[in-house]
Amino acid sequence: MEFQVTENLLIAPRVYHMRLTGDTRKLTSPGQFVQIALPGYYLRRPISVCDWRPGENGTLDLIYKAVGHGTEDMGELKPGTVLDLLTGLGNGFDLNQRDEVTRSQFPLLIGGGVGAPPMYALCKHLLAGLKAPHVILGFNTAEEVFWKREFEALGAPVTITTADGSMGVKGFVTNGMAALRGKYDYVYACGPEPMLHAVYDEAAGIPGQYSFEERMACGFGVCMGCSCKTKYGSKRICKAGPVLFREEILW
Amino acid sequence: MVNTKVTLSGWELDNPIIPASGTFGYGAEFAELYDINCLGSFSFKGTTLEPRFGNPTPRIAECASGMLNAVGLQNPGVEHVLHHELPHLKAIFHKKVIANISGFSIEEYVECCRLMDEQEQIGLIEVNVSCPNVHGGGMAFGVCPENAAAVTKAVKAVVKQKPVYIKLSPNVTDIVAVARACEDAGADGLSLINTLLGMRISLKTKKPILANQMGGFSGPAIFPVALRMVYQVAQAVHIPLIGMGGVSTAEDVLEMMLAGATAVQIGAQNLVDPYVCPTIINQLPSVMAKYGIDSLTNIIGGAWK
Repeated sequence: MEFQVTENLLIAPRVYHMRLTGDTRKLTSPGQFVQIALPGYYLRRPISVCDWRPGENGTLDLIYKAVGHGTEDMGELKPGTVLDLLTGLGNGFDLNQRDEVTRSQFPLLIGGGVGAPPMYALCKHLLAGLKAPHVILGFNTAEEVFWKREFEALGAPVTITTADGSMGVKGFVTNGMAALRGKYDYVYACGPEPMLHAVYDEAAGIPGQYSFEERMACGFGVCMGCSCKTKYGSKRICKAGPVLFREEILW
Repeated sequence: MVNTKVTLSGWELDNPIIPASGTFGYGAEFAELYDINCLGSFSFKGTTLEPRFGNPTPRIAECASGMLNAVGLQNPGVEHVLHHELPHLKAIFHKKVIANISGFSIEEYVECCRLMDEQEQIGLIEVNVSCPNVHGGGMAFGVCPENAAAVTKAVKAVVKQKPVYIKLSPNVTDIVAVARACEDAGADGLSLINTLLGMRISLKTKKPILANQMGGFSGPAIFPVALRMVYQVAQAVHIPLIGMGGVSTAEDVLEMMLAGATAVQIGAQNLVDPYVCPTIINQLPSVMAKYGIDSLTNIIGGAWK
């Protein structure tokens, strides 16, 4: 599927916001991802969806970090560039299939670093569904914080945590969570695995959904490159994930 | 009007395009993307007697014009394939499929192949003696002519209905010797090549990227190696070959057939361009016409005949 880059801006050190236009109709849920073919690289780059406007001529917002040669080159792409994307990949967050999800009134959304972007569309969806979400975004330093204002503009309270204390709560997202104990009834989390594990421990007894990351090739479930073990057998992070329910995680 | 039909051991295919094992699952994911009945056939995910989770992750690394995988034969096991995957496949694929079988002992190969022989949905059995990502099985059988012949002979002794093709490893000194040994042991055909053993090291961690350290190298980068091996083996044996290794265009398919392949498998390219097989199938007639080819069967081995 062809998409055209309309914006590609550096918003924090090594972190870019890319906006594209194209057919977004395959996207059905926050937490899904796209696979981007980059000129000169054999494998596509999986990038989580920050937000999208649905439609044949829809818009797609991606926030990604330059972590290697491919994503560094991606940061150089100019508006007008046409890219080939596979979209609507992964399960995304489940917002209406389970009682515990529909019953929850005070979901806590936790994003660490470039795990923050999927929380944006998720927060919008939850607010539209008349929930009262609280967002915690964790970064290393104040300089690395991005989209604080954008998240705040959605209308949900936002807690920023920084490891060095240069903005918001000093420490990790779990330090932000400690102040909210008893005030949330559901958890949505996306970030590096050590963060997810710490969130899982801090939120003991509270149901939730955790979005994982793994090296992958295809992104649509055939190469078996990203398999992980769960309580209910092996699952492909790209197809049955990236979002897993708390009770299926083997921690 | 050009003719794209080819025949593998009496089994006629509408075209020679076959997605390779490990890049197509058991068909369901691709059937969501396009009508897979356009394919000549496909080779399903390497299947073993027991279910296998495979290797730890990371299992994937990128290379220039290719990739490494060290999946380690993850599959749900032969019983699950017989009772779930094949019945599901029947609803979405009306042609016969290639059963790719792997194992850790000759007995395991024999048992899986015997079960596949009874399935009317199976067109031929592709015996993988060349998986580089498992220890004590897979490639261990394919790197010496005697072992490859022993597997071939044992499987041929129980398989009565389906043609048996042996999938060869390129990680050998003399692939022709292994090919000849399989032919002498009764193989009906050969598939070549499996992936080339390779590795990448992360400059950040200073350690191998793959949890398995090494993995199978595939993608366009290996096409010249694969083509050379098909060219050599085709001249040394009298059984049909399925050629594969880095094939990604209709032109590559024609080169592979000129080298001596009767049919051609597409592997890694399915993972980066899920529509590559229908694209090649659509382009084949015009590319054939461009090079003055009216029947694919006529060009098999044309480079040396």
